[in-house]
Amino acid sequence: MNELPMSHHKHNDPLPETVLRVKALESLLVEKGLVDPAALDALIDTYETKVGPRNGARVVARAWADPAYRERLLSDASAAIAELGFSGRQGEDMVVLENTPQVHNMVVCTLCSCYPWPVLGLPPVWYKSAPYRARAVAEPRAVLEEFGCSLPEDVEVRVWDSTAEVRYLVLPMRPRGTDALNQAQLAELVTRDSMIGTALPRSP
Amino acid sequence: MNGAHDLGGMHGFGAISPEPDEPVFHADWERRAFAITLAMGAYGRWNLDMSRYARERMEPAEYLRTSYYEHWIHGLQLLLIEQGLLSAAEIEARMQRIAAETDAGAES
Repeated sequence: MNELPMSHHKHNDPLPETVLRVKALESLLVEKGLVDPAALDALIDTYETKVGPRNGARVVARAWADPAYRERLLSDASAAIAELGFSGRQGEDMVVLENTPQVHNMVVCTLCSCYPWPVLGLPPVWYKSAPYRARAVAEPRAVLEEFGCSLPEDVEVRVWDSTAEVRYLVLPMRPRGTDALNQAQLAELVTRDSMIGTALPRSP
Repeated sequence: MNGAHDLGGMHGFGAISPEPDEPVFHADWERRAFAITLAMGAYGRWNLDMSRYARERMEPAEYLRTSYYEHWIHGLQLLLIEQGLLSAAEIEARMQRIAAETDAGAES
């Protein structure tokens, strides 16, 4: 694969009229009282500063440290995640996929960009991009290699295609040598990509 | 619907290219596009499936050429027009007005 124009799809500049169109729509919607400017600013602040993969890392660290919580997380993920205060839009129906020495899980949304917002925040551009959506289901091991994640041949790779209804969070395996760490220290090892399944957690 | 959005298994898109330390938004227009789309979703005239279908009706070549929030804005505009909340003509007129004001501001 080389430098075809399409390979630069990761983040294109907008069409010239897009910026203008967004301004026009916002201005008309505010003028007609259909949206409240203060509510718009609050939405942006929430997703820019309050919701993100640190939430998911807390869920994973708790599951590593607390076997009863892990059981609840695997049997009713939405409820177990809500115990930590994370719920709402684009995370109403959560399923947690547990990695084991035999099975590695990886999540994609081939049709658009469905992603568990309450625990991971908004998706990165690569997750929404054509290359990831096209290739994750066709050649997951090649994709994992591109992320620097090399798995033994005997590990089964399962790829889960998200839908508008069901959102997945990968529960990675707890790294070795972490017995003495507390939950806050464990959470530091949990990266966003390890919860999408394109990487493994950090080692201590 | 088997459109350009149905990307699973397609060949030829190249490498994935993750961006290190990626910001949540890459430009202010993305922030505003995100917020007005969510706010209008909460207004309750359409559901998530209708939003997705509106984005999927983007012309296929344009869908592949444009970015995520451009898909959102295309879908939002389509739903606003279809639901009779805004007209294509008033959107066009407002765009022209804002462009003219911006140009005037730049010249003064």
